[in-house]
Amino acid sequence: MGSQGGWGQSKEFLDLVKSIGEARSKAEEDRIVLREIETLKRRIAEPDVPRRKMKEYIIRLVYVEMLGHDASFGYIHAVKMTHDDSVFLKRTGYLAVTIFLNEDHDLIILIVNTIQKDLRSDNYLVVCAALTAVCKLINEETIPAVLPQVVELLGHPKEAVRKKAVMALHRFYQRAPTSVSHLLSNFRKKLCDNDPGVMGATLCPLFDLISADASSYKDLVVSFVNILKQVAERRLPKTYDYHQMPAPFIQVKLLKILALLGSGDKQVSGHMYTVLADIFRKCETSSNIGNAVLYEAICCASSIYPNSKILDAAVETTSNFLKSDNHNLKYMGIDALGRLIKISPDIAEEHQLAVIDCLEDAITIDDSSPKVPRVTVDTVEGNESPSMTTKVLSLGKEEEDPDDTLKRKTFELLYKMTKSSNVEVIVDRMIGYMISIIDNHYKTEIASRCVELAEQFAPSNQWFIQTMNKVFEHAGELVNPKLAHNLMRLIAEGFGEDDEGADSQLRSSAVRIPDGFICRNSDQIPSAFMQASFDGSQLHGLSTNVRLRIVHFLVNVICWVLGEYGTADGKYSVSYIIGKLCDVAEAHINDDTVKAYAMTGIMKICAFEIAAGRKVEMLSECQTLIDELSDSHSTDLQQRAYELQALLSLDNRTIENVMPSDASCEDIEVDKNLSFLNFYVQKSIEKGAQPYLPESERSGMSNVDNFKNPYQHENSGQSLRFEAYELPKPPPPTSIPFVSSSSRVTDIIPVSEQVHSREIHQNPPTSGADALALEVKLRLDGVQKKWGRPTYSSVPAASATVSKENGVTHSDEATNANSQTRDFPYNHRRQQVEVSAEKQRLAASLFGSSSKSDKKAPSSHRPARGGHVNSERPPATALLLSEPPKEKTSASVPPPPDLLDFSDPLPSSATSEDPFKQLEGLVDTTIAPLSGNAPTPDIIPLYGGTPSINSATQANIRNASAAASGVVTIKKGPNAQDALEKDAVARQVGVQPTQNNPNLFRDLLG
Amino acid sequence: MIRAVMVMNTQGKPRLVRFYEFQPPEKQKELIRSVYGALSSRADNVSSFVQADKIFGQDTRLVYKHLATLYFVFVFDSSENELAMLDLIQVFVETLDRCFKNVCELDLVFNFSKLHSILDEIIFAGHVLETSSEQVMKAIEEIARLEKTANPISIVAKSVSGRLGR
Repeated sequence: MGSQGGWGQSKEFLDLVKSIGEARSKAEEDRIVLREIETLKRRIAEPDVPRRKMKEYIIRLVYVEMLGHDASFGYIHAVKMTHDDSVFLKRTGYLAVTIFLNEDHDLIILIVNTIQKDLRSDNYLVVCAALTAVCKLINEETIPAVLPQVVELLGHPKEAVRKKAVMALHRFYQRAPTSVSHLLSNFRKKLCDNDPGVMGATLCPLFDLISADASSYKDLVVSFVNILKQVAERRLPKTYDYHQMPAPFIQVKLLKILALLGSGDKQVSGHMYTVLADIFRKCETSSNIGNAVLYEAICCASSIYPNSKILDAAVETTSNFLKSDNHNLKYMGIDALGRLIKISPDIAEEHQLAVIDCLEDAITIDDSSPKVPRVTVDTVEGNESPSMTTKVLSLGKEEEDPDDTLKRKTFELLYKMTKSSNVEVIVDRMIGYMISIIDNHYKTEIASRCVELAEQFAPSNQWFIQTMNKVFEHAGELVNPKLAHNLMRLIAEGFGEDDEGADSQLRSSAVRIPDGFICRNSDQIPSAFMQASFDGSQLHGLSTNVRLRIVHFLVNVICWVLGEYGTADGKYSVSYIIGKLCDVAEAHINDDTVKAYAMTGIMKICAFEIAAGRKVEMLSECQTLIDELSDSHSTDLQQRAYELQALLSLDNRTIENVMPSDASCEDIEVDKNLSFLNFYVQKSIEKGAQPYLPESERSGMSNVDNFKNPYQHENSGQSLRFEAYELPKPPPPTSIPFVSSSSRVTDIIPVSEQVHSREIHQNPPTSGADALALEVKLRLDGVQKKWGRPTYSSVPAASATVSKENGVTHSDEATNANSQTRDFPYNHRRQQVEVSAEKQRLAASLFGSSSKSDKKAPSSHRPARGGHVNSERPPATALLLSEPPKEKTSASVPPPPDLLDFSDPLPSSATSEDPFKQLEGLVDTTIAPLSGNAPTPDIIPLYGGTPSINSATQANIRNASAAASGVVTIKKGPNAQDALEKDAVARQVGVQPTQNNPNLFRDLLG
Repeated sequence: MIRAVMVMNTQGKPRLVRFYEFQPPEKQKELIRSVYGALSSRADNVSSFVQADKIFGQDTRLVYKHLATLYFVFVFDSSENELAMLDLIQVFVETLDRCFKNVCELDLVFNFSKLHSILDEIIFAGHVLETSSEQVMKAIEEIARLEKTANPISIVAKSVSGRLGR
């Protein structure tokens, strides 16, 4: 061991290394290292350690840290060692600090001075060591301290030092470009250095500079070409040859630079053709490094302004790469092909076979990879000579071996090659490959590429849905949840103008998706038991007999589809689907989102059934589920359950309006200006009310006089309360995207708590009505505010117990109701502001990424539907928000006579400064067409509260709002108003068609 | 630029680790482990390139060479050429071979600091500095000579300083 110990290691260190090498387990190794650390700690702290010993300790520290243990106790000693006079110790010290410390470490300050001194040293080895340390340890602040010396060293007689000085300057440039901006001309100068090594080193910073700004270095093209020519013609000294190649690393670098400079510049590119042709012609193809240069030449040829001769040469070289048996060269060939097809796509066809070879390789391996024996491993190991001479790849057997890198590269190429003509094949293969790999990182990438290609080139709807299903199946947890929404949207919207028949066909096929997924916990079950009933003649067969993994949000999609369209074509019975949905909910005991989807699905089906005039008898399991969810810890689930129950008790006309079938894509307009309140505001002002002041103008007032300016007071109170309430469930949109309540399709959109958290920051809207409204009735604020939320549960009870004899039951509810009146305007107000912001955000997230073209004819299709909604089935919930201007007048005029029983207080209420009479009016008018004409006993009690006493107490107002929401939510449960709002927001945002539809539609339509 | 150089044996024990961007020890450990995981699962006669974006971030790859009981791994980004990096490993190994005459794992184990010196001559601040093993050898020999001459000096210095210390 003496020969190896030449560098001064002691027996001790050798023993340490040996024992670690022989350690049988990680634990044993750790034990040894920890013992070593203890020893070092003790020894190193001893006074008067001989410096040679100290040097060895430092090396041992480096070793320990390489093994992943903390050696920070010894850093200071390494720093001290850099101060040593002995060159050798100094070098060791520098080595240690460059490994130990990062540029912002506190100890650096102790080294800067030493570095400065050493940069001026006569011994060039010291200077080199210092330069190494400079590169690693000098940060932006300390650059000025050493910069002059480094620049000086550019003229050092030793070329090794000049080289390193150039590198150090380069490092400075990387770290803080401004600090050396005045010195960049030095790089140009050093390009003409006598020593080719220094010139080669200069290429590194120039490469960086040129990638940042190619235009200002165009003048250097001729020089670069000349250098490259000289190098290629072997004008450099023999010492720069490597494996018979003249300075290949310099050639590679130069080619990279030329590629940058010549990109898209015909004139500059003209200079390069000769030398490129030379390289293609002369370059050695037998050695690895020769191929490296050739590959770089191909990259350059594909990057500069194309020249047919050069391209031909490049293509030929590429095909040689592809034909090679060496996987490395194949890999380079695939990569080169990917670059070349950007210039002329036809090239790919010439090399189809080679690519397919790589692909076939990949695919056959997918099927047989477990069977491929790894015999070669042993034989190769056995033949390996103990000395580490280059190992030659055993080329013979590689065709059978899986090469993941090659596969990935090939799929990357395919991805670039995809056109609408080959998309089916390529995506199919991609999915096949995706299924076969385990690596989640790459799986995600492939999945998103599949989706991207599918969206871009999908030849048919069926294919698209099928593809998406497959992707969800196998990588559902990895792909962006956005995709689920896209899919739902797609199913819901259909494909533009096509007749509904095509849409419904599509939907039917979508309904078949669920087959396998329903049977959760039983991956083994073939899961086809639903298939028979769902099997439509024209439906595309989906991969139902595959053993399906349950993917979280695919289940959500399924629930949604089942709910929305499950009964649409009447092939399967209602109870059947409801049963399935119940199964889903039961299977996902711990997943509130899925349960929420299932519950909403049930609700929709029930609603459609009732609306169609059929009777829905509740299955017992469904009833159990509802009961269970009514007591759920999740307020969202609770609300859904209560909504369902409420819905069941409504009559069919109402339901038809609340839950129109297949209307998930209808527009809901919002009047953000609250213009329908103008009339009321004017009236109030005429009566002497104060005009509304924007918040900025009233600043400070809230502190002075809370009572007089209750608006702000309340606002802060509200913010507090909401924060406290919402924080425990922060909304990561990916994990719980669908927390929103919904009466219908709201589940398309991740509304969720973000609404609340964000609205805290919203400025109060500038509606005079609100301010006035609040002024009237904020007497009891201080007390009630805190209790606002908890009282929600009792409010629906209030509305439920309100009898026809108005006002009788109000007194005992007064306090609760009072607190909620304040919520009401607040929520209401918020909606106006929130909706727009939220809408934009969601619209962006839903359409932003994939939008390239509009739907072909949205104009004729959309408005028709929208008009339909406006005229015939305005969802009651949305109307609070979205009173279109034309209805403003109707809101302000006294309600029609048929509403008399509700609205007799209206005229008087207007005089009694009740701000909500207007809203009440809105509610009434909107309800009128729904239920007013044929009120059923179920509904009347709900509205009973509305026509309240003339004095227009807060309770009265509360009832108005409760009644409004009562259409959807009755009895106890989460705040009805909240539900309304969420629902409305959800509809707003989710269903709003934008101009930006995924461009897949264009293809689909075409 | 070159992000990291690693030499580890087939059991995943690091023999030489050099990061050209600072990584704290725990992170280093983790990176070494994931690189080893990526390499150990590869068959013997596949290509030497691995996409490393999962381990080292966007746009990184690694090139490795499996020689006897050791993996030589270079991690770098898109500004380097894969085949050229493969040859740089070759340069490194050739230099080691010259230095230790039929180099084997034990040589690396026991000449830890020399290894670092050699690497510093080939790669400087993440960029290729020298590709001729002959030149590298010259530089290393010079350093070794320095050590030999330094020995007596340091002994003297030590005794002097020791006396002064007392």
